[in-house]
Amino acid sequence: MWRYAIPVGLLAVLAVFLARGLTLNPGYVPSPLIGKPAPAFELPGLRNPDARVGSDVFDGQLSLLNVWATWCVGCRQEHGFLVELANSGGVPIYGLNWKDDRDSALQWLDRLGDPYVASAVDADGDVAIDWGVYGAPETFLIDRDGTVLYKHIAPLTAEIWQERFVPIIAEKCGSFPCLQDGAP
Amino acid sequence: MTQRLLALIVSTFLAGVCGAQSVEDLSDPALNARYQALIREVRCLVCQNQTIADSNADLASDLRREIREMLESGATDNEISDFLVARYGDFVLYRPPVQPNTWVLWGGPAAMVVIGLVVFARVMRTRSRQPLDEDELDEDRGAIR
Repeated sequence: MWRYAIPVGLLAVLAVFLARGLTLNPGYVPSPLIGKPAPAFELPGLRNPDARVGSDVFDGQLSLLNVWATWCVGCRQEHGFLVELANSGGVPIYGLNWKDDRDSALQWLDRLGDPYVASAVDADGDVAIDWGVYGAPETFLIDRDGTVLYKHIAPLTAEIWQERFVPIIAEKCGSFPCLQDGAP
Repeated sequence: MTQRLLALIVSTFLAGVCGAQSVEDLSDPALNARYQALIREVRCLVCQNQTIADSNADLASDLRREIREMLESGATDNEISDFLVARYGDFVLYRPPVQPNTWVLWGGPAAMVVIGLVVFARVMRTRSRQPLDEDELDEDRGAIR
């Protein structure tokens, strides 16, 4: 009887590893930024290139940074939800327009609605590298003190918002939506 | 269904941007040698089984540019890999660092060999102690006759 213990044991260990491997998404790479201060940036705004949009916009308010571009299929997919989310109030959404064409980006916002308080233009992708962006769309949740709380890679949906973002916001602010008074 | 279809279409496009790439050179030969070595150690997160030297995804070319700029401004190889790990995590390195969460990865193969040898030795020892059974003995006698 015991002579089977080792092969069966090894098989069980192997099965656990393989089962885990099958359910993991290799496209998801956890961000080392979670729990760290949001990388600082200062970029031209999309609507007004002379106005600067910088990481100081996160000060004192819980906010979202959404990395988007008009060449990005997933961004088109999530755009409707972002507009809905922006209209519902609660969390201000800032955009990082990543390696995009300004005219196309402005047309896209005019046509589909503009969920962003402001979008920063990252034409050469340097700021995206600082944020560890590797595929749009990516959405960061940033605390009032500028700490990165969460990062979602792939289009945002109502379900993901409810499941992943709302609990974090509720925990950080003691309520949802956040009262945005700056006091913890 | 539409989600899956969309994922398929997107991945088809992604495959399209993951082609081979001829890499830019630095004029300084010493820097260029370090550059060529570094970009072969960094994973392109868009096309995960390619280094940024192999990939012509937009992100890979941005990262190569970043590395060239850092080399030219005098950064060491360690500073560059720390810079990348701070932003993209250990996964960005093809050669993961030895640390608690990679002990299984680094030690696993050696541990497997040791376990295999132990099992092999035990099996051999128990077999050598077992008396031969009668059929085998008969066969042997037959062969001798």
